[in-house]
Amino acid sequence: MKVLVTGGRGLLGGAVVAELTRRGHRVTVLQRSPAGHPEPVLEVLGEITDTGTVARAVDGCHAVVHLAAKVSMVGEAADFEHVNVGGTATVLSAARDAGVQRFVQVSSPSVAHAGRPLVGASAEPADPRSARGNYARTKAQAELLALAADTEGFSVMAVRPHLVWGPGDTQLIGRIAERARRGRLVLVDDGAALIDTTYVDNAADAIAQALDHCADGDVHGRPFVVSNGEPRTVVEILTRVALAAGGSPPTRHVPYPLAWAAGAVVERAWERSGRAEEPALTAFIAEQLATAHWFDQRETRRALHWQPAIGLDEGFRRLAAAWRAGG
Amino acid sequence: MTPGIEPAVLPPAGLPGLDPAWSRLVSTRDADGVLRTWHVLDTGVTGTEDPALTLVCVHGNPTWSYLWRRVLAAAPGDVRVVAVDHLDMGFSERTGTVRRLAQRIDDLARLTDALGITGPVVTVAHDWGGPISLGWALAHRDQLRGVVLLNTAVHQPEGSPAPAAIRLARSSPLLRLNTVSTPTFVRATTALSRPALPRGVVKAFAAPYAGAARREAVGTFVADIPLEPEHPSAGTLDAIAEGVRDLGEVPVLLLWGPGDPVFSDRYLVDLLDRMPHADVHRYEGARHLVSEDAPALVDDLWTWVADLRRGPSALAEAGPAAVSEPEPLCSALERRAATTPDLVAVAEMVDGRWREVTWGTLAGRVDALGSGLRARGVRRGDRVAVLITPGADLIAVIYACWRIGASVVVTDAGLGVRGIHRALRGAGVRHIIGIPKAMALVRVLGLPGRRIATTELAGIARIGAPGHVPAPPAPGDEAVVVFTSGSTGPAKGVVYRHRQVGRTRDLLRAHYAITDADSLVAAFAPWAVLGPALGIASVLPDMDVTSPRTLKAAALADAVATVHGTLLWASPAAFGSVLSSAGDLTDTQRAAFGSLRLVLGAGAPVSAALLHGMARLCPSAQVRTPYGMTEALPVTDVTIDEIVAAGPGDGVLVGRPLPGVEVRISAVDDTGAASGGLSDDSDVLGEIVVRAAHTKDHYDRLWATERASTREPGWHRTGDVGHLDVTGRLWIGGRLAHVVTTSAGPIAPVGVEQRVEGLAGVRSAACVGVGPAGTQQVVVIVVTDRHVEGPADLELLDRVRACARVPVAAVIERRELPVDIRHNSKVDRSALAVWADELLAGRHGSESR
Repeated sequence: MKVLVTGGRGLLGGAVVAELTRRGHRVTVLQRSPAGHPEPVLEVLGEITDTGTVARAVDGCHAVVHLAAKVSMVGEAADFEHVNVGGTATVLSAARDAGVQRFVQVSSPSVAHAGRPLVGASAEPADPRSARGNYARTKAQAELLALAADTEGFSVMAVRPHLVWGPGDTQLIGRIAERARRGRLVLVDDGAALIDTTYVDNAADAIAQALDHCADGDVHGRPFVVSNGEPRTVVEILTRVALAAGGSPPTRHVPYPLAWAAGAVVERAWERSGRAEEPALTAFIAEQLATAHWFDQRETRRALHWQPAIGLDEGFRRLAAAWRAGG
Repeated sequence: MTPGIEPAVLPPAGLPGLDPAWSRLVSTRDADGVLRTWHVLDTGVTGTEDPALTLVCVHGNPTWSYLWRRVLAAAPGDVRVVAVDHLDMGFSERTGTVRRLAQRIDDLARLTDALGITGPVVTVAHDWGGPISLGWALAHRDQLRGVVLLNTAVHQPEGSPAPAAIRLARSSPLLRLNTVSTPTFVRATTALSRPALPRGVVKAFAAPYAGAARREAVGTFVADIPLEPEHPSAGTLDAIAEGVRDLGEVPVLLLWGPGDPVFSDRYLVDLLDRMPHADVHRYEGARHLVSEDAPALVDDLWTWVADLRRGPSALAEAGPAAVSEPEPLCSALERRAATTPDLVAVAEMVDGRWREVTWGTLAGRVDALGSGLRARGVRRGDRVAVLITPGADLIAVIYACWRIGASVVVTDAGLGVRGIHRALRGAGVRHIIGIPKAMALVRVLGLPGRRIATTELAGIARIGAPGHVPAPPAPGDEAVVVFTSGSTGPAKGVVYRHRQVGRTRDLLRAHYAITDADSLVAAFAPWAVLGPALGIASVLPDMDVTSPRTLKAAALADAVATVHGTLLWASPAAFGSVLSSAGDLTDTQRAAFGSLRLVLGAGAPVSAALLHGMARLCPSAQVRTPYGMTEALPVTDVTIDEIVAAGPGDGVLVGRPLPGVEVRISAVDDTGAASGGLSDDSDVLGEIVVRAAHTKDHYDRLWATERASTREPGWHRTGDVGHLDVTGRLWIGGRLAHVVTTSAGPIAPVGVEQRVEGLAGVRSAACVGVGPAGTQQVVVIVVTDRHVEGPADLELLDRVRACARVPVAAVIERRELPVDIRHNSKVDRSALAVWADELLAGRHGSESR
């Protein structure tokens, strides 16, 4: 199959491109700057909001994996809407025009999350009104847009990987590791909330399976949450990442209301200052670190004919090995 | 010939749970020839055929047909459900007349004619709808297939005043004010519900009664309750109250909210006296609007109707192969009294000295007490609550009751005052015999029944005419109702007839080869009273039998020495206490244990360490642990040698079924329900299901519970889970309610807990599930030597995961685990699961804003 992957530069994007290539698909990537994917991957450089560029990239493709998005804790609402909603609309319409038959929208469980604990949750419909923050809200709109485009001959589905991590991650795991190495990792409350995470290779594998099963009768038109199905307490995850990074595990506790308030202040100050990098603590992160998020994986595994191949233990071993090797 | 003053109307749209398609207006001529219009709810039937059955549902005062909405919603396609609003009530016509009971019965008959209800009918009624519905039923015997009644009455029981609420409402100055001028009565009816009804439902119940004019009949209905014999409706009600005694051929179901301040349990007792064949289910905690307070009621009602339609053949007894009837419970006592009158039958410690009762004395006391109790009004079939500490008095009273055919109601102290109160009230006991301390409590609680203090027993034994003891009770007569503290919910009464108690005795006698030469050291309350039935001497060691940990080694040694004991029955908690105090034993006391040939640890799983300790203390004894429950004891048993030989497995090894006992497994499915058929396949995790001649007869006044526990007729579902191994031995994995349902399949907690408890530094462990059924995660809660609270560190986590053999999401340390108060050893996993669920859900994100 000839597949267009948008946003092939990040941790997950890179893994998806590698997995699709490994499976014998011919992959084109559309991204803003070169990523140095090995041959035979074709790179098209440009914005997903640019109709001409997208049309050129998708030309001749059978399938699209739409990964590109503006992912950030802070930023202007208009920017999120432009990239996440506008970009998705552009890619969808170009794909349809190019005769693409399969479209996998890579989404996020936050599109259906109103801030309450998620305990063995199933993939509820995306809800932009209750989603928390600009990222989640615009991703929710994008997912609704994509699934609404599902028609006979143009099968669309959404995959929502939860907290993807692995060697080479500079976002979530990278920042935890960096704080742990400086001995500045703190716990919100007692860190007992259970959290699902997804080792990056498993997420890439699930997305490749999604392409294969996208047109199945009970798959197209629906969202599926993807995770390792091994929820762990926040304190265990932070401790294992810290140890893999050679840093100190968290020992200090911050009560949730304090963390939330501090996060909210930082968030606002950050927005006003217009800084481009991510702040250390936001209200969203405080909430994430104090609230359970784990999912019922039965339906996903059945529908995608997929099981995570890499368990958490093996994932942490690989993480430690990568950091030891200077990653 | 008064025309109606306000016509019938349809209910407003949007009442919760009410399908507008059910509502219709129907006109009939009443006895005076006046055309009256009714509002009824009517499901009709699917298709054009006549219904196989019609339920005619009649509400009370001041509700309306809305009361039956869930019954209509759950109706099968071939059953028609009609729920009527009485004239002047609900949304039916306001006639401007006063309609008395007889006329209302006639009105209802005219309505069912108009509705074309000519086929088989089950009547369903609540509150003062009961007499109307029963009046209709008695007049339509050819159509009547069943009667269902919810909190109602047909008669004011003698010697008791009418309910205060009704008397108050009836007093004339208040009557109009309460019922008509103000909506007090209408509002009070729904305000009684527990848990509180949703606002929308409360509004819906009040919807037809807005304004005094629409409430006129609420008052006349109350005024029509015949509290005095000269009341115009008294004759009609009396005829109904007598008429129902002839309904013996008709299945009757009584569904009861015991918390009803108006129709209390004594009206249930009265109805049962008139219809002793009725099936009864009391929904503990439910009040007057029992169908609102007990959501299970509608399902139970439809299950009962389905059984009824299937006919009696489906319900026929399919018990174990016929066994001959056992000897009467008192026969061994009488035999020993005749052959060895001067030997000790019961020994107990009273004020620091042994008191010994011989067989001759015991038999004489039983006869005299039985005869005296009869003189005090205790009749065959009466239930007698005994609140007496185990000892010679308790034994004499129980055998005296059995001798004269009365049934003994036994509660255990673990129920607490509230639990005992609820149990005795629910069982409808007629007499209470208790120690003075208990009787003081009985008076304070205002329990019904005649009270006899143990201090009166000597006098009662004297008034009995010796030699005037009636013929022994029949095997089918009720012998005992046992209430034990369950791990969840209110205690259930378990009913044994003489037949099942006799078979329990015979099974123990045969399996443990008990002869007259044996003597029993009884430190386990339930079996402390069986000695005389077995014809063996019993000694009660100096301890508080309700608290096993009070048994000390020295006291036990003295008890064994007193009767040269050969059998010891005790709970595992008592074993622990005995072993930890064994250092205090003198050589003579230690030597006394040499006479024991059999030591049984019953009531909860026994650890190998305790069994080994007891085996060392009692060198000549075989140490065994039987497995069973209040409903069937024993089911299996196992020796310490077998446990050692088997080695560790998944759960607790309890051995093979006793002779005549069958054990099957009903596999647990993804949702944690035991939905599998009965199987003896090995290594399948499921609910343990037992068939034996000595299992309970039934649960008391819990028709639906009994129906569920005997889903397979003749078999008893235990609520325990486990598996059979390839050699047919049973392993216990915990309670069905505690099974963790992961996406990889169900997991029983006990095996995991045993493995984790084997880790260094771990004192005890509990395995629970968090999250929704079918996709739960395993959480292990441990008490360690460190005595800390919170998520475990990585070192402990890794050790637990390495030994658990199931995926473990989290390990949490606690300072202690909550335990069941009765056995002092069963971990309350339900409470722990709730605790873990909350802890691991973390902060309620949006709440903290």
